Amino acid sequence: MDEALIGALIASTLRVATPLILCALAGLLAERSGVVDIGLEGKMLFAAFAAAASGAVVDSTLLALGLAMAVAVLLSWLHGFACVSQRGDQVVSGMAIDIIAAGLTVVLGIAWFHQGGQTPPVADTVRLHALWPGAQATLERVPVLGGWLGPAIGEGLLGHNALVYAALALVGAVWWLVYRTRFGLRLRAVGENPQMVDAAGVSVLKLRHAALTLNGMLCGLAGGYLVLAQNASFAPNMTAGRGFMALAALIFGNWRPLPALLACLLFGFLDAAAIRLQGVSLPGIGEVPVQAIQALPYLLTVILLAGFIGRSTAPKALGIPYVKER
Amino acid sequence: MSAPLPRWADVVVLPLVNLAIALLVAALVVALIGQSPGQVMTMLVQGAFGTERGLSYTLYYTTTFIFTGLAVALASHGGLFNIGAEGQATLGGLGTGLVALWCSQTLPAPLLLPLMFIGGALFGMIWAAVPGYLQAYRGSHVVITTIMFNFLASSLLVYLLVNRLKAPGNMSVESVSFGPAAHLPGMHEALAWVGVTWPSSPLNLSLFLALFAAVGVYAFLWHSRAGYRLRAVGSSEGAAAYAGIRPRRQIIVAMGLSGALAGMVGMNEIAGVNGKLLLDFVGGAGFTGIAVAVMGRNHPLGVVLASLLFGALFQGGAEVSFEVPGFSRDMVVTLQGFIVLFSGAMAYVIAPALAALVQRAKSARGAAAAVQPSQAPHG
Repeated sequence: MDEALIGALIASTLRVATPLILCALAGLLAERSGVVDIGLEGKMLFAAFAAAASGAVVDSTLLALGLAMAVAVLLSWLHGFACVSQRGDQVVSGMAIDIIAAGLTVVLGIAWFHQGGQTPPVADTVRLHALWPGAQATLERVPVLGGWLGPAIGEGLLGHNALVYAALALVGAVWWLVYRTRFGLRLRAVGENPQMVDAAGVSVLKLRHAALTLNGMLCGLAGGYLVLAQNASFAPNMTAGRGFMALAALIFGNWRPLPALLACLLFGFLDAAAIRLQGVSLPGIGEVPVQAIQALPYLLTVILLAGFIGRSTAPKALGIPYVKER
Repeated sequence: MSAPLPRWADVVVLPLVNLAIALLVAALVVALIGQSPGQVMTMLVQGAFGTERGLSYTLYYTTTFIFTGLAVALASHGGLFNIGAEGQATLGGLGTGLVALWCSQTLPAPLLLPLMFIGGALFGMIWAAVPGYLQAYRGSHVVITTIMFNFLASSLLVYLLVNRLKAPGNMSVESVSFGPAAHLPGMHEALAWVGVTWPSSPLNLSLFLALFAAVGVYAFLWHSRAGYRLRAVGSSEGAAAYAGIRPRRQIIVAMGLSGALAGMVGMNEIAGVNGKLLLDFVGGAGFTGIAVAVMGRNHPLGVVLASLLFGALFQGGAEVSFEVPGFSRDMVVTLQGFIVLFSGAMAYVIAPALAALVQRAKSARGAAAAVQPSQAPHG
């Protein structure tokens, strides 16, 4: 195998997986609290637009990220108002957010920037850059790390921007939050048996709103990443189903942080491999069509949900609005 | 708990109030981007209904929305949220197109067109029945599975078009054109047979197919045993099971029929308009179907009216975007999102408020009626 290939594969796997990880964690917090969130896609899209619009006007990375998070949190609150406070249908509400985001970002983009829905590219100073740009060159000079190991570590693991590492760290943080804190215990309980939580004197609605707020912040980071690290400008529908893929990863990871991370990495790897396998003939299989590899995450999720490989169990109260007993 | 809405308010007033709120918010957005909502609205109505051509386009969009709207509505009577009409319509178009590609040189139109119709409905049906089966017998939720099936459908279509069906030597990703036998006559052609001149447009005979499907769905749901079973499972699975209805089978039936309706989109888009298989001919109509069903309260007549509304919005929106610089058709998509939000997700916010209003009006009138007789002797 090509020596540089492994490094490049690891690098692009992590790059593709980062927004998936952030979104999957967002979905995890909402769904463990019992709120279905198919609005991940829309929130990420609107956040990306906010980051791009801010980055095109003001020269500040923090402001771009902050605005992205603020917009996504607002959409989360809308979701929370419609289906936590008012007990509306969670799937319909999520769908509404997706449709509104797909339309409104383009409407505002055209009105503000006159480029057919695109935003002008974000300045290089606003964009996120690799934390250690010289890592690969330095490592290649170390004799022990010759061959494939140098690029694998240098380019694959150390060549990323802060948000990639933040996403990985957030997996640990969310795990700790959900499994090792009082808030997390209540969060999990409210997704399984809200009556019990209510009986214990803890507000079901407050917990769900809190989960949705955190969910919005994470979606905002994911959207910000798309603009500040990947594309440099906003393009209509630039999320292209990533929110739904993150949802698939969350389900594939059985609503748990570490397995969800692995699912995101698997899906990221499939995406990275699909581009490189274009037109390559594999031994024994022949040429694999790119579309087949790209469709694999969705297919795997369907098969897993159907219980053919392992079992995926959703939180028990998922999707059921909580009605306080009188 | 407030009193439930009277039937007339529930059926007529509530959808109109929801629509008015969505339109108001959309008007705010239009004003926010510096355009006059009044002017846009006038132009939109003019573009959608003002000319014969505009009206034809409106009805052409309406046709597709009726199919997808009926699909979503029928599934929800079975207690299922079919978010996969997009994928089922894609597969329907594929079924219609494959029949046309295979047989358009050999079969005559009267034989071929029904076959294409069946092909589309069958493909859509299978694509929806699989998630239905998985929900009924394997416990995977139909919402998630149909989302995944949307992506699988689009991957499948891309794969088939790029690797198998693409016309050799053609740059664009589309199949060869079908033979003339596979062409579903346009409305202008049909009207020319009876001596009426009508401008050429994508509107074709599948409009009648859509209206027929709406009547069929009505007859099925409220005037057939199978429809009764389906609605019984949708309202109360346990009670239906106790009455000897098998809920699992009904889930598959509901999804299958829903998918078949979505698959009929192929007759409008592939057989009626494009005359070849191409990418993205559904173009989000499956999701518009959700808005249509929500707006039309899942009733076939409501679906037809809501489809007309959305058809007019899409056609009128396209006209406005030609005329007004900076106005994009995506404003209509945004409005569609607002409608799903206000009449779907927030139905519980507006309905009780409206019910309270109706109640107050009623008690005020009741009080007035109670006061009058006692006053009469004095007067």
